[in-house]
Amino acid sequence: MLRFLLTVIRRDLLLAARRRGDWLTSQFFFVMVVSMFPLGIGSEPAVLRMIGPGVVWVAALLASLLSLSRLFADDHRDGSLEQMLLSPEPTVLLTLGKAVAHWLIYGIPLLVIAPVLGIQFALPAEAILVLVASLAIGTPILSLLGSVGAALTLGLRGGGVLLTLLILPLYVPALIFGAGAVDAALAGTGAEAHLSLLAAFLVMSLLVSPWVAAAALRVSIE
Amino acid sequence: MQEPVLSVSDLACARGERLLFYNMNFAVQPGEILLVRGGNGRGKTSLLRLLTGLSKPMAGEVCWRGVPIGQCGERYRMEMAYVGHLNGIKDDLTPLENLRVGAGLAGRDLDEPTAQRTLERLGLGRCLDLPARVLSFGQRRRVALAGLLTAGALLWILDEPLTGLDVHGVALIEALLHEHTERGGLVVMTTHQPLSLPGAKLRPLSVGDEDVAPAQSLVGQ
Repeated sequence: MLRFLLTVIRRDLLLAARRRGDWLTSQFFFVMVVSMFPLGIGSEPAVLRMIGPGVVWVAALLASLLSLSRLFADDHRDGSLEQMLLSPEPTVLLTLGKAVAHWLIYGIPLLVIAPVLGIQFALPAEAILVLVASLAIGTPILSLLGSVGAALTLGLRGGGVLLTLLILPLYVPALIFGAGAVDAALAGTGAEAHLSLLAAFLVMSLLVSPWVAAAALRVSIE
Repeated sequence: MQEPVLSVSDLACARGERLLFYNMNFAVQPGEILLVRGGNGRGKTSLLRLLTGLSKPMAGEVCWRGVPIGQCGERYRMEMAYVGHLNGIKDDLTPLENLRVGAGLAGRDLDEPTAQRTLERLGLGRCLDLPARVLSFGQRRRVALAGLLTAGALLWILDEPLTGLDVHGVALIEALLHEHTERGGLVVMTTHQPLSLPGAKLRPLSVGDEDVAPAQSLVGQ
């Protein structure tokens, strides 16, 4: 069972390595969106520090949506999704593996870029640390919940827009606790409470979303 | 008469508002090839998808060794291999990688020499290291069909396997079908091309006859 999970993850990583263009698009989008704000708002450090955490988090949500619409769609188009569903291994492991691979491919790079963007918003070092920590806990949530949306909207015309409408409301708790953690660190009240709630939300998504996504996939493929 | 391995009882299928067929009954024994015939849009592909379990029938049951496939679950999926009209191979991977990844996803181990031999047998010896993207339609079809050989399944469900294949390709598939049935394998397939399978136990089945109303089912001959 674990071998199947690793096979799914390794397969997606291999495919991502072969199509680096797709992979870079999402990362550049993240950097671009975040960088637009200081340009538009001006260089007042106090203002930037106030909006910085929220902007980085919102951009992370949008960047993950950009890549999520292709999570199952590519495999659906060439028929390999059907083959994977016909595998003797449980579908839950397939959806979990796809979500984990999505996080490794699109989530981890955000963690690496985020500190640089934090400097752009004049965030102090400890706030940047909390920002990275909140993204480290929060981005897997985006991949997991997003896999449910991607499975539900599979094969629909205009599925990309529908996916956005469907999934963004579900992302709200992650956004509130993630950006809130950095705000709390900036205010000096300590980020542990926010990070703990974010982690609880991660555990919940981990327990629920692979099953929901698997059920949605079976319906979508019919 | 021995117990049929694959049997279908009172199967009905609808696509949207339209009833494609109903009251379909047939059984397939080891060593037999069920040749599903019917015009375009008559429900051949829908029937095959019902047999794989990818879609659920409106009524009726598909049984594998006497047990409905919904309850067999992984046991059925282990013994069944399906090649649909989409090839299910990734354009960015080489045929060799496609075959090995496909086997891994089906929970099997496939070492490189075996994969290579299978692809060579299907006439792909010269394009082992090329991404599938640059292969021709027929060559990609062959990669998908190579997956059948490495799957080691008892039941093959093939949707138009001959599409895009040249004369040698068709002859090769005929040889593979012959080999598979000799070993006691079952095949359910659709094709619009003539097949020459001397000595094979062919069993025609027509789906959705012209007078659609009582979708007549044909049980063997």
